[in-house]
Amino acid sequence: MLQSHLKDLEARSIHIFREVAAQFERPVLMYSIGKDSSVLLHLALKAFYPAKPPFPLLHIDTTWKFREMIEFRDQTAERHGLQMHVHINQDGIAAGVGPFSHGSAVHTDVMKTQGLRQALDQFQFDAAIGGARRDEEQSRAKERIFSHRTVDHRWDPRHQRPELWNTFNCRLGAGESMRVFPLSDWTEVDIWQYIRHEKISLVPLYFAKQRPVVERDGVLIMVDDERLPLEDGEVPQMRSVRFRTLGCYPLTGAVESEAATLDDVIGELLSSQVSERQGRVIDSDQASSMEKKKEEGYF
Amino acid sequence: MDELASNVRRNDASSTSKPVLRLLTCGSVDDGKSTLIGRLLFDSGGVPEDTLAAAKKLSETFGTTEGDLDYALLLDGLQAERAQGITIDVAYRYFSSPKRKFIIADTPGHVQYTRNMVTGASNCDLALLLVDARNGISDQTRRHACIVNLMGIRDVVLAVNKMDLVEFDEARFREIEAAFQEISAKLGIASVTSIPVSALLGENLTRRSSSMPWYQGKTILQHMEDVDANVAISGAGFRMPVQWVCRPNQEFRGYAGSIVSGEVRTGDAVVALPSAQTSQISDIVTYDGSCDSAHVGDAVTLSLTTDIDISRGDVICTAKDRPQVANQFSAHIVWMQQQPLLGGRTYVLQLGVQRALAHVSRIKHKLNLETLDATPTHKLEANDVGVCNISTNKPLVIDPYLDSRHMGGFMLIDRATNETACAGMIEHALYRGQNIHLQSIDVSRDQRSEIKGHKSCCLWFTGLSGSGKSTVANALERRLHENGFHTYILDGDNVRHGLNQDLGFTDADRVENIRRVSEVSKLMVDAGLITIVSFISPFRAERRSARERFGDGEFIEVFVDTPLEICEARDAKGLYAKARAGKIPNFTGISSPYEAPDAPDIHLAGGEKTPDELADLIIKELTNRNVIFAD
Repeated sequence: MLQSHLKDLEARSIHIFREVAAQFERPVLMYSIGKDSSVLLHLALKAFYPAKPPFPLLHIDTTWKFREMIEFRDQTAERHGLQMHVHINQDGIAAGVGPFSHGSAVHTDVMKTQGLRQALDQFQFDAAIGGARRDEEQSRAKERIFSHRTVDHRWDPRHQRPELWNTFNCRLGAGESMRVFPLSDWTEVDIWQYIRHEKISLVPLYFAKQRPVVERDGVLIMVDDERLPLEDGEVPQMRSVRFRTLGCYPLTGAVESEAATLDDVIGELLSSQVSERQGRVIDSDQASSMEKKKEEGYF
Repeated sequence: MDELASNVRRNDASSTSKPVLRLLTCGSVDDGKSTLIGRLLFDSGGVPEDTLAAAKKLSETFGTTEGDLDYALLLDGLQAERAQGITIDVAYRYFSSPKRKFIIADTPGHVQYTRNMVTGASNCDLALLLVDARNGISDQTRRHACIVNLMGIRDVVLAVNKMDLVEFDEARFREIEAAFQEISAKLGIASVTSIPVSALLGENLTRRSSSMPWYQGKTILQHMEDVDANVAISGAGFRMPVQWVCRPNQEFRGYAGSIVSGEVRTGDAVVALPSAQTSQISDIVTYDGSCDSAHVGDAVTLSLTTDIDISRGDVICTAKDRPQVANQFSAHIVWMQQQPLLGGRTYVLQLGVQRALAHVSRIKHKLNLETLDATPTHKLEANDVGVCNISTNKPLVIDPYLDSRHMGGFMLIDRATNETACAGMIEHALYRGQNIHLQSIDVSRDQRSEIKGHKSCCLWFTGLSGSGKSTVANALERRLHENGFHTYILDGDNVRHGLNQDLGFTDADRVENIRRVSEVSKLMVDAGLITIVSFISPFRAERRSARERFGDGEFIEVFVDTPLEICEARDAKGLYAKARAGKIPNFTGISSPYEAPDAPDIHLAGGEKTPDELADLIIKELTNRNVIFAD
């Protein structure tokens, strides 16, 4: 039996998915391959059953994702028979933008934020469904479930539309769009418990395994390919690590862990004293950096 | 940290015996809402170390606590909020105690962010209403108590905060408690629990205060754990508004939606409203397999035994206990848009998944926040709370809000800007009866004009050619139209091009001309319009016979009294010159008399004022006569 609060969260998320399908002309599901995206996709499959979700998936590929993530992405789309758009910012590629050559801030802006805006414009999506949760970060805690974006994809945190009950104002002006967050009220623990109950498959990177890492400024970075420039005398070490969140491998810190199963991961999480996004290098660039990125169109 | 608090662990969801409690903090600005939640999270171990470190760092820059940790900074997540030390928008926080999971909405205290407070309250079961012990009850306390009550929250905790700043004085606490009791009794709040606290020091939040031994009641956390509040549970029978029709292939047709009240079983007889078609549940479909039954809160897909026409917005319900079907109802309104609510404007109404066009047909009154009494008004401004009659362009399936949030809560959306303009809570339908769609309703003139938000009348402009009738009438109509009033102009020249093109200028034709125009204007008044007739109508008798076609007060004679010399000097159409030259027979003022009214309802000195000034005079008179409602 699904715990009552998870059942409640599931039903509310399904309700949100159905509103998107009913009220928008060209929705898309932002698929970022992580655990939240996996839950998001699972809920989408439930919401429209026996039909398939009436929208495609979109992945903004920065070309610096873990290799296992890309593999998992392609398998997932095939397994469910869903259309998966993969967008890479070709301007960024041409300019040789990467996290080492340009720094994390520029890399993220060009390859993720700009890339996302390009894709949304190209396909004319009017609603982009994402897996962000309010417990992740302070500015996310302020965001509506249906979050309005201006013609140039900006979020205006000071003038958010009131959002009442489970009634949603989905009306848009020409060129405007909506970001929709069905997992808004889910916590990290909810996500893991739901994954366990529903047997949702995940990228293996979430589970502890011996992996080659280097330690930089207290952050464990996995050497996922030969593009990671090693400093003088730096030698990758095999350590038992796993990831709490997944992003670009050079920007995502691993945690030392022996948790190789779902039960272990949940146990570890319940006793954790640090927040989920701590390992994200980009979030701590500057105070309020998430809010700034979001105002510029980041998810 | 005491024993209770140290037992509380972040995200420990081990117990799910009680449902998740959704609550909000509210109250006036600076009463310490964010600090209270920040402290509650901190004391219950719900703040991760790195988040705490970040907040400590921010406290040095923005803190109001002289370098100590400012607990509010754990919540105020927007840059503008931190810089100004205020809460602008609602923040959601998640934590658990061993007994229960909580979702807390920390809502802003400033009047101008009431919309965000309403947003937070709309999904909550419990309200923590804070009052600063030094200042006592304020307008905002009353406003929030009122909104919390309107949003259907029956349990309110009055947290009298900053007790440390009044030396933990019991008398002060009792005084505020008593003052609030009066308010809650007047509003009809079902349950109020008063707790003296110091959010800053954590007194009576998760641990009992040793500074206030005189208080023997529960701490805030204990109350949150024990309270049995669930607004979303409705006593109404089975209802499922259809969100989405599922038709993956020719064989399957299902109706997807969330059950908002009651339960349903396979084989149950159901009715789809508003069409009132009946059928039977053949299957309750979910991804995890078919179910025998489904309950309030479940998101399911229903199949029916017969093929009936159902689309998004229809409500599938139990045939025995049906909601009402109505296109006019009375509702509480919290107006949230900067632009005031004016009667007669058309908005998009969204009630759950149902959508219609709607007018506010009558603004009955608004709440005076000092006295909590109803004050008659014709306008609601931003953050006002009032009661209105709403009229929709198609029937909606509704329950009173107090019976069901999901069947009785709606919003009005501005059609031009798409802003959410108000929160509406249905009191009751104005025309009761389940089968209203089958009955013919004798709609009266008053009912027609009521949904337009003004009375109807005929403004009969008389005056010489060139006196400025049409110009003033035009200015008047523009002004009325801009204010959302429904109008129409019957202009002498224009009507002679169509309806009266067969008439000339003989006396008989003039009489027939006036008769037809007065009949048409009467139909328009009957339709609820402010009808403006702009006709020379030189003869008293004709004007009198026109007046006699109308009811008392419906016919308003407007004499545009412009001296002949001025009219002739203007001679915009060159008619006076032609008449003087004898080219136009029977020209009023030259070769045919103009009988000035003896006692017109409105007498305008046409040569002296501008058309806009004259239009103003008429608007003033219409307001005096309660035809329209201006500020």
